[in-house]
Amino acid sequence: MNTEAIIDLLYKIADDQLIIGHRNSEWTGLGPILEEDIAFSSMAQDKIGQSLVLYRMLNDLGESDPDTIAFMRNADQFHCCQFVELPIGEFDFSIIRQFLFDTSEIIRFEMLSSSAYEPLALASKKFKGEIKYHIMHANIFMKQLGNATEESVKRLQDALETAMPYALGIFETSEYEDAMMDEGIFAGEATLRNKWTERIEEVISNTALKLPDIGNIEPKTGGRYGKHTAHLQPLLDEMAEVLRIDPGADW
Amino acid sequence: MKITEKQILEWLEEVKDPEIPVLSLIDLGVITGVELDDHRVKVNMTPTFSGCPAMDYMRNDVIRVLKEKGIEEVEASVSFETQWNSNMISEKGKKALKEFGLAPPQTYEVIVDINMLTHVKCPFCDSENTELKSPFGPTLCRSLHYCNNCLQAFEQFKPL
Repeated sequence: MNTEAIIDLLYKIADDQLIIGHRNSEWTGLGPILEEDIAFSSMAQDKIGQSLVLYRMLNDLGESDPDTIAFMRNADQFHCCQFVELPIGEFDFSIIRQFLFDTSEIIRFEMLSSSAYEPLALASKKFKGEIKYHIMHANIFMKQLGNATEESVKRLQDALETAMPYALGIFETSEYEDAMMDEGIFAGEATLRNKWTERIEEVISNTALKLPDIGNIEPKTGGRYGKHTAHLQPLLDEMAEVLRIDPGADW
Repeated sequence: MKITEKQILEWLEEVKDPEIPVLSLIDLGVITGVELDDHRVKVNMTPTFSGCPAMDYMRNDVIRVLKEKGIEEVEASVSFETQWNSNMISEKGKKALKEFGLAPPQTYEVIVDINMLTHVKCPFCDSENTELKSPFGPTLCRSLHYCNNCLQAFEQFKPL
């Protein structure tokens, strides 16, 4: 099997999970209501836990150990899409991002559940059950805030317009798309994007929101190749702050 | 005395979920198999949720308890090969959860219909006049609910 392709795929998914997990955790203590504080903290825990599973898989393929991979790289060595590194903004943006990103993620893991790369197939089967609860969370808020007041609809609509170019960057293709499809590792970003479009359209059609004209939006790409916004490096510095002060710290 | 798989499983009854101390790992369903050969024991385990921080504690507890019983070489291996789902919680385990004040997960066929969270049976008064407050609770495996009958907030061990 094409190990380089698998490593590339694992890095981008794991980095997405780690970074969105850390962004979610920034709501800890700040959620607009207690339940949301807990929800974003729980989703953070799920996603960081999933990233660890994927980093271990990379370790089994000869990459460094999970802590080194997670905390010792600089921004230009990360393969996450730019979408996940954007600051949490206000609650409206975080809900829109959660909806758009997590929908892509659950479809990705549904597709990968039948991957020819067995360890990833097994993990994906597990993850998609866990992420179901994240989707439930996102869809409830889309439906409620997307049909509530003039202000809530406007806020979500504005956040949707801001988020969409970055959301489309999730599907930036790798140089291994054909190889992965040929070997049955992953059916590819284009297929994922089509399925995602259908699914978000369905949820948005039950709200007062309007889906932006996706076909005419230029995706914000580069993340998969190490090109990031100015927001990623400060986040990584914060994540590794303790490690850098005291590399042998243990607790 | 030759150690049997049955004996190992009995010993493992002592190992409890650190977050739900009334529930043994056997009843929780995270022990997926035991392999024996002479003085070596391998215990296969699978996590409830991938991000569950209690997994390391459970693994260490399994090793500690079996070593205390005199087994020299113990390995506890965690994998996704046999995957956990909430249907694997035993009837005894479900009863223990309810007595602990946690609504046990409903048994389901094939896949979880997430709508089953909306009217979970209250563990205190058995009413189904309850509502879901949040699919996320104090640990990854719990959701938050409110009973309109006995006016009590409660948590459920989520179906997965």
